[in-house]
Amino acid sequence: MTLVMGAFTIGLILSLLTIGVWLAFRVLRFTDITVDGSLTLGAAVAAVLLVRGAPPWAATLAGAAAGGVAGFTTGMLHTRFKIQELLSGILVMTALYSVNLRVMGRSNVSLLSTKSIADPANRLLTAWAGGDSLLLFGWRVPVSEAAMLLTVLAVMAAIGLLLRVFLVTHFGTALRAAGDNAQMIRAQGVDNRHMQVFGLCCANALVGLAGALLAQYQGFADVQMGIGMIVWGLASVIIGEALVSRVTPGLALAGAVMGTILFRLLIAIALRWGLNPNDLKLVTALFVFAALVLPGQAKAWCARARRLADNRKGRGAP
Amino acid sequence: MIEVRDIRKTFFAGTANEVRALRGVSLDIPEGCFVAVIGTNGSGKSTLLNAIAGTFAPDAGEVRIDGRDITRWSESRRARLIGRVFQNPFAGTAAGMTVAENLAIAMRRGQPRGLGIALSRRVRDEMIERVRTLKMGLETRLDNPIGTLSGGQRQALTLLMATWLKPRLLLLDEHTAALDPKSAAQVAELTRQIIRRDKLTALMVTHSMQQAVELPDVIVMMHGGQIVRQVAGAERERVRVPDLLAAFDHVRRREQLDEGVAGVLRAQYR
Repeated sequence: MTLVMGAFTIGLILSLLTIGVWLAFRVLRFTDITVDGSLTLGAAVAAVLLVRGAPPWAATLAGAAAGGVAGFTTGMLHTRFKIQELLSGILVMTALYSVNLRVMGRSNVSLLSTKSIADPANRLLTAWAGGDSLLLFGWRVPVSEAAMLLTVLAVMAAIGLLLRVFLVTHFGTALRAAGDNAQMIRAQGVDNRHMQVFGLCCANALVGLAGALLAQYQGFADVQMGIGMIVWGLASVIIGEALVSRVTPGLALAGAVMGTILFRLLIAIALRWGLNPNDLKLVTALFVFAALVLPGQAKAWCARARRLADNRKGRGAP
Repeated sequence: MIEVRDIRKTFFAGTANEVRALRGVSLDIPEGCFVAVIGTNGSGKSTLLNAIAGTFAPDAGEVRIDGRDITRWSESRRARLIGRVFQNPFAGTAAGMTVAENLAIAMRRGQPRGLGIALSRRVRDEMIERVRTLKMGLETRLDNPIGTLSGGQRQALTLLMATWLKPRLLLLDEHTAALDPKSAAQVAELTRQIIRRDKLTALMVTHSMQQAVELPDVIVMMHGGQIVRQVAGAERERVRVPDLLAAFDHVRRREQLDEGVAGVLRAQYR
């Protein structure tokens, strides 16, 4: 049960990352790899503020804001200084490695003795359960874990709802169109570059928020924690898209959340079955590769098989 | 009132590929006038349209709409005054979004976009009303992705989007060229209706001589980055396709002659 709960909690936290990646890759169609850096930045900023005694919600928000600044920088590099998308992301991501070390002052910061955003939920559940463990679907689970899950669920629900509404407003509709057809949205009076910067800012703020929550969940922030996150996010986006076929903003968001949780569950199971944790990123990369290539390949193979079958039938006929 | 004053543009200046696309083009379009620009390939007709739309900054000259100098305005800022339909039927709409969402974007062309919900029931009713005027049965497909429609249907919707809010100037860039003959005729007819109904000021670039003699109030002929002739008023009523072809032939022959004379002179004075 702890395994499933852990997968759910991490899944919910990382679904913020997935939504950020979805926003950049699918809505803006911007190949943004700032994510690897902005996740760590969010974690680092939140962790340092927590250690200094800042209120957890403020530290978490600051982490999100820091991520937003990173996204803004990438956006400006691309739109203002005409640097390629990918390179803009690489530059910011690389620079952030040093920034993150500067922010934390060392390569990792422990959060075991600080306050956490899950504290209010923790107090609530402790009072309710009358101890430090409670029954969930017949399983005895530590209150601290249940509190974290509850908190993350609340944050996720709030963000998901907010985004769902935002994307169907006049502004949100224009943002989506800017990613879909830049020429069209310019002709309708919106500067697509401004939209790109704004969208990247939002996307990376979500990623920063995921980083801040992740640090508080695992009890430390580490300068390495963002490495490969872009691929994890992408894998989750792809799984989510397989789960929901027709893409309206609401369904896509729901797909991103479900995709992330499913992906985390798959990983938890794979690790249980003895997958070496060191191989995790290789396996994820292979998975994304397969998900990107197989649908097209499968179609080609099917067409070929059909052709062969037809030929054989043709020869068999008198 | 649209005023274009002595617009000049050279692409790839100072290189072997230098193209003098516009060599001092001036054009006045009075309120409510429909102008068609025709010309050979490379005559600069599309470049002229793009200069007015703000796709690039001209090297010299100015563009004014209702007396306001918009020469330095960005493409997106000009959208407040200008509605556009592109040659590529897929360029004017966002393929992955629904018909209704695309229309909702056009309902705010050039205006601030707030955090109000884009598609309310009232808005949808208005959409159904106006999409029905296209007579293509698209009012039942408002929630389909616009990418699932045909080129002709998308171009008709683009036209509707460009004119949803009455533009000070409607720019049509060979907007029927990429369509099949039936859709092209349909969209051309729709263009005529909308321009007449809303009394729009419009500039249409076209390669179709037939369209040029049928639709507009004024025909502008371009060649080599310059306006070589304007046909308006009574002459415009009389003019037929062969007349236009003859006029272009005349221009081309004169040019060849000029080239030849220049060659003789160069040889003599070397």
